[in-house]
Amino acid sequence: MSQSKASGSGEFVEARHPASDQVSTAGAQLLETEQVRWLSIYEQMLKIRIFEEHVNQLYTSAKMPGLAHLYIGEEAIAVGVCSALRRDDYITSTHRGHGHCLAKGASVDRMFAELLGKEAGYCRGKGGSMHIADQETGNLGANAIVGGSAGIATGAAMSSKMRGSDEVTVCFFGDGALGQGVLYEVMNMASLWKLPVIYVCENNQYNEYTHNSETTAGEMSARAKAFGIPTEEVDGQDVRAVYTTAARMVERARQGEGPAFMLCNTYRYLGHHVGDIQRSYYRSREEEEYWKTERDPLKMLAEWLMAQGVTTSGTFEQIEQRVRAEVEAGEQFALDAPYPDPSEVEQDVYA
Amino acid sequence: MLSTTTSQNAGQGVREITLGQAIREALAEEMRRDPRVFMMGEDIAEAGTPFKVLSGLVEEFGTSRVIDTPISEAGITGMGVGVAMTGMRPIVDIMFGDFIGLAMDQIVNQAAKVHYMSGGKLKVPLVVRTTLGATRRTAAQHSQSLHAWVSHIPGLIVVLPSTPYDAKGLLKTAIRDDNPVIFFEDKMMYQLKGPVPEGDYIIPFGVADIKRPGNDITIVATSSMVQIALAAADGLEKLDISAEVIDPRTMYPLDRDTLIESAKKTSRVIVVDEGYERYGVTAEIASVISDGAFYFLDAPVKRMGAMNVPVPFSPALEDLTVPTADSVMEVAKTLCGRI
Repeated sequence: MSQSKASGSGEFVEARHPASDQVSTAGAQLLETEQVRWLSIYEQMLKIRIFEEHVNQLYTSAKMPGLAHLYIGEEAIAVGVCSALRRDDYITSTHRGHGHCLAKGASVDRMFAELLGKEAGYCRGKGGSMHIADQETGNLGANAIVGGSAGIATGAAMSSKMRGSDEVTVCFFGDGALGQGVLYEVMNMASLWKLPVIYVCENNQYNEYTHNSETTAGEMSARAKAFGIPTEEVDGQDVRAVYTTAARMVERARQGEGPAFMLCNTYRYLGHHVGDIQRSYYRSREEEEYWKTERDPLKMLAEWLMAQGVTTSGTFEQIEQRVRAEVEAGEQFALDAPYPDPSEVEQDVYA
Repeated sequence: MLSTTTSQNAGQGVREITLGQAIREALAEEMRRDPRVFMMGEDIAEAGTPFKVLSGLVEEFGTSRVIDTPISEAGITGMGVGVAMTGMRPIVDIMFGDFIGLAMDQIVNQAAKVHYMSGGKLKVPLVVRTTLGATRRTAAQHSQSLHAWVSHIPGLIVVLPSTPYDAKGLLKTAIRDDNPVIFFEDKMMYQLKGPVPEGDYIIPFGVADIKRPGNDITIVATSSMVQIALAAADGLEKLDISAEVIDPRTMYPLDRDTLIESAKKTSRVIVVDEGYERYGVTAEIASVISDGAFYFLDAPVKRMGAMNVPVPFSPALEDLTVPTADSVMEVAKTLCGRI
């Protein structure tokens, strides 16, 4: 695999194909199928953004119990990567997992229901925000132990290989997980056994409330390279770069060529969790403003699409109306949904 | 192929084989029966583990189903969870029970939680085989019996076989079960011989076995302590004390009824286990019996476990740390008013 692919290239995975080279040229007419794809990707990112804004409101109005770790600012990674996956491919996610779950195909109504601890939720209210799992869409679960799903993801990839299936597994984790030893144990085995797993490190710079310059020595990408795992660093705010790189890595893994590691540089607009409001002791307001105004993944994709000359602001307004209606309906569904019956408490401890 | 030395009994296909051979036979039969079953662990293929329990299996099943791994207990256990969630039935070999500390997050926070947290949608049919037991002169990091750690965790099944027969039947049940099962083998009992039927049979979880019936005192014993209890019962018989020896066989699910009924019958109970006595499984079992048979008891339920010290190396010290037939006899005599 090429290790030199720069971030933000904007190429499609088919870009190797001479006929589609033109599509990455600014001003050229987007092929209709590609326009549909990028608008769909935009809509998915917007859905995550608006979903999370509603979660924030639910939480701050005391309608949501527990913890809420919002994905706002990082949407391009979940959507870019999951757009390169099939429905039967697997993902594992993190405590900041709403975006991954939605991008892999979860519906907002059952997501909200799980966040509110309702019976109609994806885990019947037993998992909550940090544990949403949905085997129908290949989601093996968000995981509230940092780095905790690395073993599960690598095992799922091992299973696919043993079963002779061509499914690929994506393991999402943050830069904080680079401190966990189990990640290195399983990357070693993934490389030894050429397992079809993509490690996607969402480097939002902060291990909870601590900048990773205080926690992480050396080069992040050197860690995976040390295991002989092809590694690429991409602009995690540029969904076209994320998608292009992910698609190439996924295809390679599907062909039996083994794991890959993707370091996506991104930013968490809000706190570690909703209650993390006073952030000045670990990062500046100027830094936050820079990412929101200059590096926003939704803005960046919208501007690019408009520059192609085929998408107007009216298109984006229509998308936003549709997404807002869906999210509002989903939230209302969850608010109206019943809690689990008390008899549920002892159900499902054992299969 | 299996290298069991068979001595056929009475036409039933029952032979005397060792506990290690019974384990190997269960694994081989299950791997023949179900192509989803495979094993992964450190030095399990050509080496057949340091205990040689798995010798010969790689020759039959190949390195794709008997997989040597790096020395990465957390990694292989975590991968076992993921493999199990996605259609396979892995058996992860953790060489020494002491090493489960390295894999504890994967066992406790991942394997044990997945089914419940997913609202019953995802299953983890994982078996973790590991060992327990002291007196092998391997000191504090290779001698502990840590089954209490995992018995504490909802979502896990914990199995402690004490005979070759139980080992084969319980391991088959473990492999076929849809839950994570932690299967502890006493490393000092691999050479213990006993009758084992050829071919398929299973032993359900949560069914205690009365290893020896008796009337005067109940000795509840687990794993390595069952042979100790049986030897103590032999000695007590000479003193005209009739001891009933019960092996719960699984710490969870626990067969409360059999334990309580025996206590009601004998009115005196000792619980013997090789885990540390402090906060050990003996405490849970004693509590179950005290609650269930309180008005039938003539003495407090007595617990006997390993001494609350890191297992020492010197044989002169190590042998002091675990219950013996003599020490069990002494406690039994006291409870029966014979001292």
